[in-house]
Amino acid sequence: MTDIPLLSLAIWIPILGGVLVLAIGSNDRLARGVALLTAVFGFAVTIPLYTGFDPTFNGMQFVEKRPWIDYFKINYYLGIDGLSVWFLLLNSFITVIVVLAGWESIKSRVSQYMAAFLIMSGLMNGIFSALDGMLFYIFFEASLIPLYLIIGIWGGPNRVYAAFKFFLFTLAGSLLMLLVLIYLRNVSGNFEILEWHGTKLSMGVQTLMFFAFLAAFGVKVPMWPVHTWLPDAHVEAPTGGSVVLAAIALKLGAYGFVRFALPIVPDACREYSWLIVALSLIAVVYIGFVALVQTDMKKLVAYSSISHMGFVTLGFFLQNKLGIEGALIQMISHGFVSGAMFLCIGVLYDRVHSRQIADYGGVVNTMPKFAVFFMLFAMANCGLPGTSGFIGEFTVILGAMQNSFWVAFLAATTLILGAAYTLWMYKRVVFGAVANNKVAALQDISRREFLFLAVLALCVLAMGLYPFPFTEVMHTSVDELLNHVALSKFPVALP
Amino acid sequence: MMDMDLKTLSLYVVLAPLVGAIAAGFFGKKIGRAGAHCIAIAGVLVSFVASVMIYQDLGEKTFNETLYVWMQAGGVKFEVGFLIDRLTVLMMMVVSFVSLMVHLYTIGYMSDDPGYQRFFSYISLFTFSMLMLVMSNNFLQLFFGWEAVGLVSYLLIGFWYQRPTAIYANLKAFLANRVGDFGFLLGIALIVANTGSLDYKAVFGQAEALSSATMAGTGWPLLTAICICLFVGAMGKSAQVPLHVWLPDSMEGPTPISALIHAATMVTAGIFMVARMSPLFELSETALAFVLFIGATTALFMGFLGIVQNDIKRVVAYSTLSQLGYMTVALGVSAYSAAIFHLMTHAFFKALLFLGAGSVIMGLHHDQDMRNMGGLWKYMPITWLTSLIGSLALIGTPFFSGFYSKDSIIEAVHASTIPGAGYALFCVLVGVFVTAFYSFRMYFLVFHGKERFGQSHEHGHVGEHHGLPPGQKPHESPWVVTLPLILLAVPSVLIGYFTIEPLLAGDWFGGAIHIMGESHAAVVREIAEPSHNALNMALHGFKSAPFWLALSGVAAAFMLYLGKPEWLAAVRQKFSRIYPILENKYYFDRFNEVVLAAGARLIGRNLWHKGDQALIDGAGVSGASLVVTLFSRIAGRFQTGYVYQYAFVMIAGVFFLLTCWVFLN
Repeated sequence: MTDIPLLSLAIWIPILGGVLVLAIGSNDRLARGVALLTAVFGFAVTIPLYTGFDPTFNGMQFVEKRPWIDYFKINYYLGIDGLSVWFLLLNSFITVIVVLAGWESIKSRVSQYMAAFLIMSGLMNGIFSALDGMLFYIFFEASLIPLYLIIGIWGGPNRVYAAFKFFLFTLAGSLLMLLVLIYLRNVSGNFEILEWHGTKLSMGVQTLMFFAFLAAFGVKVPMWPVHTWLPDAHVEAPTGGSVVLAAIALKLGAYGFVRFALPIVPDACREYSWLIVALSLIAVVYIGFVALVQTDMKKLVAYSSISHMGFVTLGFFLQNKLGIEGALIQMISHGFVSGAMFLCIGVLYDRVHSRQIADYGGVVNTMPKFAVFFMLFAMANCGLPGTSGFIGEFTVILGAMQNSFWVAFLAATTLILGAAYTLWMYKRVVFGAVANNKVAALQDISRREFLFLAVLALCVLAMGLYPFPFTEVMHTSVDELLNHVALSKFPVALP
Repeated sequence: MMDMDLKTLSLYVVLAPLVGAIAAGFFGKKIGRAGAHCIAIAGVLVSFVASVMIYQDLGEKTFNETLYVWMQAGGVKFEVGFLIDRLTVLMMMVVSFVSLMVHLYTIGYMSDDPGYQRFFSYISLFTFSMLMLVMSNNFLQLFFGWEAVGLVSYLLIGFWYQRPTAIYANLKAFLANRVGDFGFLLGIALIVANTGSLDYKAVFGQAEALSSATMAGTGWPLLTAICICLFVGAMGKSAQVPLHVWLPDSMEGPTPISALIHAATMVTAGIFMVARMSPLFELSETALAFVLFIGATTALFMGFLGIVQNDIKRVVAYSTLSQLGYMTVALGVSAYSAAIFHLMTHAFFKALLFLGAGSVIMGLHHDQDMRNMGGLWKYMPITWLTSLIGSLALIGTPFFSGFYSKDSIIEAVHASTIPGAGYALFCVLVGVFVTAFYSFRMYFLVFHGKERFGQSHEHGHVGEHHGLPPGQKPHESPWVVTLPLILLAVPSVLIGYFTIEPLLAGDWFGGAIHIMGESHAAVVREIAEPSHNALNMALHGFKSAPFWLALSGVAAAFMLYLGKPEWLAAVRQKFSRIYPILENKYYFDRFNEVVLAAGARLIGRNLWHKGDQALIDGAGVSGASLVVTLFSRIAGRFQTGYVYQYAFVMIAGVFFLLTCWVFLN
């Protein structure tokens, strides 16, 4: 491994950069410039994480370990494997996009806005690389603060309700998770997640822990029926907030399942996998129908996010290789696609100041370039082959078929539902004759908007046309995860 | 060029149209109209020439090679590669040839359209996708091509995106196809789950094992389930009942694509796929019977609908549905070679009929209503003659290409013993009469009789003025339009005569098509026998039932629409009960709209309002929030109203708990 502490850099460059931007204060131009520089630099340091990653090595890479709070045996312990490496890149990449997206549309408290995103980006990198339970928890909870701020300060009229709902949903789960972490510390004597993977636990304890994890991570994903905070949060959040929320924040819960629940309490996971599979399928089908009747574009995409995240939890709890790899791919792809969808809606919102589908119609007449990008992302959202949206869904459905025909059947309904809600919205917003004066007065995308949409479009297409590099790094870690899942963790071997 | 290997050639075949699509799509403004159509046409021309060269080089060999590993997940290899055998190369030549004709024709047809370059980009992209589909050596790439042609079809049906009907039709087409793809994907997933591979060769090698297995959990025979799932995909793409609803509406797209995509090539993808999967379908009698039933129903009942249409393109569209039904019937009775043969002849004469219809529409300034036509033979002689040739081929006139392929199918059904063959025979025979009737109804209404154009009328699209101004006469279309008509008319007449012997009598397809079981082989022998001699077959054709059925269809159309128009009212009177059913297309559209679409929205609204809002948010969240409110009153001191302070308090709580725990230890 290299001597440069890349993971620390990936965490602290955005955080320190964010503090610097905060210090700049009211000089908006300078704040934007420094923010962009920090974001780009923060992304640049994550690239060696992929290029230097050894896909055949079984275990953690780029490990950094220093004692932090000796008394509690809490370590500053970082490392990544094939399950987490892509999320650091994705997160740092999305941060660049978000800074660009908020360039002009954010006019008040620019430095604070940029700082919030940068700090959040660093904290999220911390979540994806923490190998110490307490360190993970601190990053996990701390990352919410910037998100609260973003919704609370730059959000829409109903932001207090949305933020409160978010708070309410996450609070209970987080506290339960804290109890689990402390319990594990008690049993194993330290906070090392990797050691917990080998900790023996009785079925009763595993079951309690499983439901605690489910509460903590299920809300974040979000899984049905604890999903209702997400549409509200999205609607109130500014564009950048929605992008980060959809592209990164939703992945935290799913990541928690693979890092904690599956390897630490495998017996309970096997026992209750039917529950997660059922909840995931409800998310795919139920939420698909709900998305169909939304009149607010952001709500529609928010519901579509829940439906797509249903594939992630489904894939993980199929507990086969196709399912887990498909779910990981789906997480990466969803980061690109949902982020892009919210950016597209943001582009329209910046011009018309409405998210209502009914206020649009015939946008293609005045914004042809935008219509092309929006079409591409809409198609990716319905999982068209050639876009990144296809691979994850396809692989998870293949994995589901190994379990049961009916699971695959219900999961595959997304082919119809996803196309129906996405393209129906697209039709009403983009196609048709010019609907009103506001649409007639629309200006096509600016160079800056073209830049970030084009970059995302390239990502969506590149991943859709050649996903090999994306999955290549996963195999060893997924095998290792499946080994853990297959093992029983009961304290004494049963007679 | 001659020493190029097959791999290089096959890359030329697919990449040349892709380059054309990219050039016309992204650099359309820079290279201009002429630049766009030159590059696009050159691309398709390269594709066609390379296809022919592959045909010559290939002989009876099979080329099967993986180009690159697309992805690896869960131990399954996802690859991109080509499988080229006689079946593939035939499809490649048909696709690239028809595409070439349509590209040429588009220069004339779309000449005054502002989306000229975009159109060329789409049709070149379509050609690329369709070729990738037929040349695939695995299920993944097949599905890729499958969805990609669906995408281009969606874009092209909605090409005139300001028209409400067009953007309604393209959404409908995409969704109906997605229902098919849903089945198709499940079929592919079943294959992967049970064989661990996506590769045709590997999967076909395990076909025997699959046929004796049952599906875990359900107890269904596995191979039958796989085949029916795959065929549901074909039903979507090849517009078989009940997933046919999108095809007539797809006529909202410009005519060149109706010819290319919705008649000659894309809609035959399902037929091609089943033929390609013959090693699987052959092992499931149930699946074949299902295919046969669906095909026969489509062949007859969609033909009936062609009789009552007044829009010239819709008549041809229903005719396409009916002919696709014929091809499906052939698949059902294991006459795969006859299905592919009909696919090929149909591609030529149906593309011809569509392009002819397009020429008529141009001549009448974009009026498509046959009630405003008549007597056009005088003004548009080339269009007239080529359309007549297309119609004669369609109805199965001996010596014309359609005769050979259709007669072979009828022979095959006749010889088949599969369950449902009797019903299918009835459908295809009555279908011959119906085909002749609607084809010549259209022909007489358009080219003969009273000149009804140039009058004011109320039909056509609301708010758009179509049709000739009063007093003006239609004129023949420019050479870029008539040349493709002539070039398509030639194979429409001759291709059947010259290809039936090799295609049906010999073992031309080699290993590409599998026939298993004595009863299936008997069908193949039956159609091979008369086709030993194309001349005798045609001469014998004059004495056969289908010929007389077709003749009476033409005669009936002549009497009702030219000879004794006054009879028409009487006939309508007689069929007054059936007429509304036909007029409403068996109420499929209304069912879809009222039951499926509105039903889905109703479910969605109920789940949203009653599930999310009332139950989860109302009872769950508000209940919890009540508790929290109570709690927060007690902790009122901390309540500052700033959310971030709550979060900070939470972090502080973490350390507080930790401290407690340490002291308790």
